[in-house]
Amino acid sequence: MLQQTRHDMVQYLRPNGWLTDEGKKVWGGLSREQKLDLYRWMVKVRLFDRRAVILQRQGRIGTYAPLEGQEAAQVGSALALGREDWIFPSYREHGVSMIAGMPLAHILLYWMGRVEGNTAPEGVRVLPPYVPIATQMPQAMGAAWASKLKRESSLAIAYFGDGATSEGDFHEACNFAGVFQLPVLFFCQNNQYAISVPFSRQSATSTVAEKGQAYGIPSVRVDGNDVLAVYHVTAEAAERARNGGGATLIEAVTYRQGSHTTADDATRYRDPEEVRIWVEERDPVDRCRRLLEREGLLSEEYIASWEECCKKEIQEAVDAAERAKAPPPTHLFNHVFETLPPSLLRQREELVRKEGGPDGSENPDPRHP
Amino acid sequence: MAVKTLIQGIHDGMREALRQDLRVVVLGEDVGKNGGVFRATEGLWQEFGEERVMDTPLAEAGIVGAAIGMAVNGLRPIAEIQFMGFIYPAFEQIVTHAARLRTRTQGQHPASLVIRAPYGGGIRAPELHSDSTESLFVHIPGLKVVVPSTPADAKGLLLAAVKDPDPVIYLEPMQIYRSVKGEVPDGWHEVPLGKARVLREGEDVTLITWGAMVPLAEKCAQAWAGRGISCEVIDVRSLYPLDEETIIASVKKTGRVVIVHEAPKTAGLGAELTALINEQAFLWLEAPITRVTGFDVPVPMFALENAFRPDQERVDRAISYVTSF
Ligand SMILES: Cc1ncc(C[n+]2csc(CCOP(=O)(O)OP(=O)(O)O)c2C)c(N)n1
Ligand SMILES: [Mg+2]
Repeated sequence: MLQQTRHDMVQYLRPNGWLTDEGKKVWGGLSREQKLDLYRWMVKVRLFDRRAVILQRQGRIGTYAPLEGQEAAQVGSALALGREDWIFPSYREHGVSMIAGMPLAHILLYWMGRVEGNTAPEGVRVLPPYVPIATQMPQAMGAAWASKLKRESSLAIAYFGDGATSEGDFHEACNFAGVFQLPVLFFCQNNQYAISVPFSRQSATSTVAEKGQAYGIPSVRVDGNDVLAVYHVTAEAAERARNGGGATLIEAVTYRQGSHTTADDATRYRDPEEVRIWVEERDPVDRCRRLLEREGLLSEEYIASWEECCKKEIQEAVDAAERAKAPPPTHLFNHVFETLPPSLLRQREELVRKEGGPDGSENPDPRHP
Repeated sequence: MAVKTLIQGIHDGMREALRQDLRVVVLGEDVGKNGGVFRATEGLWQEFGEERVMDTPLAEAGIVGAAIGMAVNGLRPIAEIQFMGFIYPAFEQIVTHAARLRTRTQGQHPASLVIRAPYGGGIRAPELHSDSTESLFVHIPGLKVVVPSTPADAKGLLLAAVKDPDPVIYLEPMQIYRSVKGEVPDGWHEVPLGKARVLREGEDVTLITWGAMVPLAEKCAQAWAGRGISCEVIDVRSLYPLDEETIIASVKKTGRVVIVHEAPKTAGLGAELTALINEQAFLWLEAPITRVTGFDVPVPMFALENAFRPDQERVDRAISYVTSF
């Protein structure tokens, strides 16, 4: 485990785009494709996010939770996971989900209020977004516990915010994970606000990481806008988990550049100067781009063509989501239980009578109310 | 078959489940070496080891949340909550997640798990140990709720719950843990969820009840038989889904209904049963459906427990009301 003093933060890539000495070693260990992947995913995630905000403004999706500014935390951590790992996201982890294999169209469908957006393709171990804060944490811990009991090498990761650390579920999950040495990663994106409430109002400790230590789990504070450091710290924690070393709490210090959701107005509670510093001086994507450009791995043409390629993919996802046929109203009943009890079958009938046939096409008995 | 107590039936069910299904794990507070505070898991830790029967930290949301995660990742957990009065920290995990993970994931993650909890009064337990809040769970779409009142049903419902792909809340009437005895079938024995038990046939009044109130209803039925009134006694045992068929058939036969439950009256399951009968057997009724329930007051400390819970006198009065209406 990395030795840290309380407020230290692992940082390999400085905001100015230069590597630290430690960072040079880690960077040197990556292949050209791995390096480019870090950047490419961040760009795709950002373009998707911006498009989603526009779609909301156009009334084509519902309220949306933007992640701009948190790309490095999400991309760096998600790329350090394996296909067999279980991911328990919150509602802001679109970047993580897409890297884990969730189709972009599903992510959009979710924000269109469509439950199909929650379904993962075969083999993709991503749970639906957890909306009640911190509730995913005990479940990720339980999934990790099952992996351990079954002697499988998969781990589980829970994503959550700084506000979540005030919830009981955070503490219960950390405690169990410490007691049972479970292969679970608790990945906190400390974006410093829970809607309008700053972390100083959330906690009397100035870091999240020190809370993990109280539960006997290794805890690391990392620059969450440094994709290389996040990737490396997460990969190390994952390896430790797979080797029986138990849980890790990772605090990725980052910043939500936009509002909490499209229904929120962050200018009501944040100092514009604070926002400016994070946007102009600490942006995660710029930082990585500068490094890659200097290393000769990125050209302007490459960037332009990659952005085009992402935009095309996003457009296809928008089209697919908007084309996806809405299920009939009776779909409400489809998955409440494996087999519907008689009382629910009757309620379903009531809906069929109102809507017409099961597909809404024709009313079998128009006289019936 | 051997004669056993209700809690032995529960124990046998868990033991059988642990034996036959390697995915089954038991977790909760004090369930390991100590065998549970009521001894429901007695000897299971010793027999199956600490990877199948697990003492957890004292944290109900953690226990149920872990159980959901385990279910997602292929296990079949049986989580014990030490008393129903202490299930509320886990309420969010149950209501928000266990109940609807199947719907939310369109069947990908059905959250197949069992949550056991001793419930109800009658044992002079310390303050806040005697809640009977089954209707909170019955109200939540996506959950099944069962209550055994015989040792055979205790085993049979438990094994059916373990096998059932949906989350099941399995409530144990602790007052009759040891006072009720009966034969329990050996081996894997299931009692289907959604089927009530008619423990006594009758013509004049239908007594509908469950849990620790079943012996009380039986006693009242016996007393009234001596006075020439025959009561049919139904142990609902599956609070969700309800066995509407059995209940409605009985009401159509007798035309008079007394519902007895320990939980407070307002929005208790008796209200739902009343509405159900109203919807399906209104024209067969000879008297208003009558409820004998706990009062709408916080469950008292045990000095006043008997004043709170339904007793023979109140049930008798209800029977005489519906038969003389
Ligand atoms: C249990 C619960 N309480 C309140 C809310 C309403 N709410 C939604 S997001 C949020 C703030 C969460 O902040 P944080 O954990 O820091 O995550 P972030 O949104 O910053 O990613 C609140 C209060 C909720 N979803 N769940
Ligand atoms: Mg936050």
